[in-house]
Amino acid sequence: MTVKREKTPGQAQSAWSARFLEYGLMWRALRRDRLAVISLAIILIFVLGAVFAPWLAPYPDQALGKSNLAEKLDPPSAAHPLGTDDVGRDLLSRILYGSRPSLSIGIFVVGLAMLIGTPLGAIAGYSGGWIDQAIMRITDIFLSFPALLLAIAVSAALGASFFNAMLSITLTWWPWYTRLARAQAVSLKEQTFVEASRAIGVPGFTIIRRHIIPNVLTPALVQATMDIGSAILMGSALSFVGLGVQLPKADWGNMLNVARLYFNDGPWFAIFPGLAILLIAMCFNLLGDGVRDVLDPQSRRTG
Amino acid sequence: MGKVEYIIKRLLLALLVLVGVSIITFVIARLIPSDPAALYVGPRAKPETREAARIKLGLDRPLYQQYLRYVGEVLRGDFGISVRSRRPIVDDLKVFLPATLELVLLSMIFTLVIGIPLGVLSAAFKDTWVDHSSRIFAVINVSMPVFWLALLLQLLFVRQLGLLPVGGRVSKEIAILAPIERITGFYLVDTALRGNWSAFRDVLQHLILPSVALASYAIGLSIRMTRATMVEVLQQKYITAAWAAGLTRRTVYFKLALKNAIVPTLMVLSLSFVWQVSGAMLVEIVFLWPGLGTYLVNAILTIDFPIVVSVALIVTVFYVFSNLFVDVLQAMIDPRVSLE
Amino acid sequence: MDQPLVIVRDLRLQFRTYAGIVHALNGIDLEIYEQDMLGLVGETGCGKSMTGLSILGLVPRGGEIVSGSIRFRGEDLLAKPESYMQQIRGARIAMVFQDPATSLNPLFTVGQQLETVMRRHQRAAKDEMRDRALELFKVVELPDPARILDTYPHELSGGMKQRASIAIALSCGADLLIVDEPTTDLDVTVQAQILDLLRRLRETQGVAILMITHDLAVVAETCQRVAVLYAGQVVESGPVDEVLFEAKHPYTRALLEASPKRSSRGQPLQAIPGTVPSGLQPLEGCSFSPRCPHAMDVCAQPPPRASVTPAHAVYCFLYSDAEER
Repeated sequence: MTVKREKTPGQAQSAWSARFLEYGLMWRALRRDRLAVISLAIILIFVLGAVFAPWLAPYPDQALGKSNLAEKLDPPSAAHPLGTDDVGRDLLSRILYGSRPSLSIGIFVVGLAMLIGTPLGAIAGYSGGWIDQAIMRITDIFLSFPALLLAIAVSAALGASFFNAMLSITLTWWPWYTRLARAQAVSLKEQTFVEASRAIGVPGFTIIRRHIIPNVLTPALVQATMDIGSAILMGSALSFVGLGVQLPKADWGNMLNVARLYFNDGPWFAIFPGLAILLIAMCFNLLGDGVRDVLDPQSRRTG
Repeated sequence: MGKVEYIIKRLLLALLVLVGVSIITFVIARLIPSDPAALYVGPRAKPETREAARIKLGLDRPLYQQYLRYVGEVLRGDFGISVRSRRPIVDDLKVFLPATLELVLLSMIFTLVIGIPLGVLSAAFKDTWVDHSSRIFAVINVSMPVFWLALLLQLLFVRQLGLLPVGGRVSKEIAILAPIERITGFYLVDTALRGNWSAFRDVLQHLILPSVALASYAIGLSIRMTRATMVEVLQQKYITAAWAAGLTRRTVYFKLALKNAIVPTLMVLSLSFVWQVSGAMLVEIVFLWPGLGTYLVNAILTIDFPIVVSVALIVTVFYVFSNLFVDVLQAMIDPRVSLE
Repeated sequence: MDQPLVIVRDLRLQFRTYAGIVHALNGIDLEIYEQDMLGLVGETGCGKSMTGLSILGLVPRGGEIVSGSIRFRGEDLLAKPESYMQQIRGARIAMVFQDPATSLNPLFTVGQQLETVMRRHQRAAKDEMRDRALELFKVVELPDPARILDTYPHELSGGMKQRASIAIALSCGADLLIVDEPTTDLDVTVQAQILDLLRRLRETQGVAILMITHDLAVVAETCQRVAVLYAGQVVESGPVDEVLFEAKHPYTRALLEASPKRSSRGQPLQAIPGTVPSGLQPLEGCSFSPRCPHAMDVCAQPPPRASVTPAHAVYCFLYSDAEER
């Protein structure tokens, strides 16, 4: 005979479902922030542009690398709305294709960093003791490296490629989420509902999974939204130095690397890819501001 | 007493971190999958020469011994020899480090002088046009790729207006006509000390664009951070009490509130100091600035790992100490800190 | 009694919020005399703190005084520019806040904070100011004044912090001290001491005190006069004994009935049915009428001021036929 375990009323609505409800309400509040909404719209346009680049780009083969020396360094015109690059490739198409590595780095790096760092921090904060110390010491050491430097060094060590760039940037990013999650976990640990759970014998891991992590998720998400912009910036910095996406594949960073040699003859080549980076980073920052104001008005982080 | 203890504790922690950092730097450099001995002797060397080099460089020893040997050398000021150029790295560092530092320091001055006051004003005049324009300015600065800004500045001031030079630290004319005597390596200081004003002006002209470019991110960051902290501080009861006591706006904003807001701002500044050191790399590439950044990037591309390790170590040491500096400053400003 | 130090007439304060316009003050009338001890009493949210802040011209953002006057020694403060108010604050009218832990700046010593205020309003040499500071600390009965000068707020107990705040408020010889819930966050024994101190300061320093509190007992013990506030309106005012023992207004009566001291053991507490209005609805008549057991149709009109005795006024239609309009 199996014993049917009844769901206690308190258990029915776990912290997770409470979170989802909260996010629904927050979304409605966010809608009122015009800047945030506009930013979100622009981001979506970029994402769509990236996904549908092969269909949207006027010269997809040039975007993939086919050169067109006859029209090299042509100023913006009807045929090439943003001009051409040093080997005559259409800049608009290249920029469209270049949005793919940039956006992917932003999203994946932050996503991975959050996935790795947050649980680690939650565990550290909740467990305390030597686990906490060990995790935090490692975190501190990673944090003592200037992020760009570490990313460049690791990327160089692993070999220049998009994947390695993504990996190395993630390596510099995860500690922030660990720190954030740990601080939250430490304060949550003292709260009565956690003590109550412990008192009735809920195992630590379950507490972490059910109570700590969902509560830690909110500041993490706020941070993540703002971080995507910074991750994109760092990704483009790496490719600017030659360590990310390699030519002839299009990437905003590596385009600027070439553009700087031609800024006298083809200023548009230097302007437009950078403008794209600026725009997308700004949108993520503004969106992050809006999200932060809505989800966590007490937060005192940069903003 | 509590304060001194706290400072000593922080110092020890910093040292611990430094050790960890040096280990990691060393390990990462080791990950570079090429054979330093082979690089050292060149492609046409005989296997025996390569073996000899291997032993000379200590590459046959177990890893931890190599590490200890490295640490010993560093502490004695010997950063090893560049695999490519065979020159002692420390000589290169003597030239390149001040070049980058000069850039970073000037950029930090810009940050302090522009970023913090704008942040304070933004908070004081919250929701007015002052606030809005300052925030837009800040968000643009924070979202701009610094190397792109550098390019734009070049486009504007060099190509369009022809006002400023395209790169380097000094122009060739000055190097011939009014050569700079290297005392500190900081050209602004060196030229001033010798009264070499034409060179001073030239150096300044070369410094302006790169340091402005470099400062942009930090300025944006400090505006945002200072504003946020100030806004929070201004809501505190003790500020209302200050208003109630009839204190003037200048006193309340700049004498009282700023002190309460300064600590997180300083933290951001220390963070941005480090960011600027790494950002300097990118700016140096654009402006052909002979500093640590160019040095490092070249070393990476030529797999000159002693250089990579040395530069990484130096920059990180700066980072650790600037963090320490902020912690100590916080302990001095905030009397409650030593109790934690 | 001679000319009042402060005369507030028909003060109306509104706040713009997301939910609409909140009417915080709906026509406050008050008089504060020289060396007076006026208790401004009412529930949370009735506008008593806002009244205090309005006198100082420190209404928080989003708030606007839409009508009324606040006369201080004959001058209407509402018509004065900010520079004038900055001279008045701290020097002629000073304020002591509810929680001294948050109203003293944690990063400066008590002495530094005192000196900043004194330096603002007075010209004096460094040692003169130090002497005056020590003297003030003695007046507020702080032990070991010289040491206190160099201590930080977090090193002092609650009572000592409050005394220090009072010293800072008195430092420039203010005529009026507005004290906002001075004892709410303190221990009971310390409460009594602070109230005692305030009572004595009135006589020794010649200062008038506006005591803002929700605690009727405090008012009964320390104040000479009292004004009862409900939903942004004064409903009754006068000498403490008269108002508390011969309460006329239904709200004052209900408030007194609800006090735990009044009810006998084992009996349920006499709560006032209904809830305090949110302030979002503009007020036409008597603010208490929705909950008043004696409400009449005419209560939809603004209640007239009736004098029970020359000093005791009540704003209620129940008494309007008794005296003048």
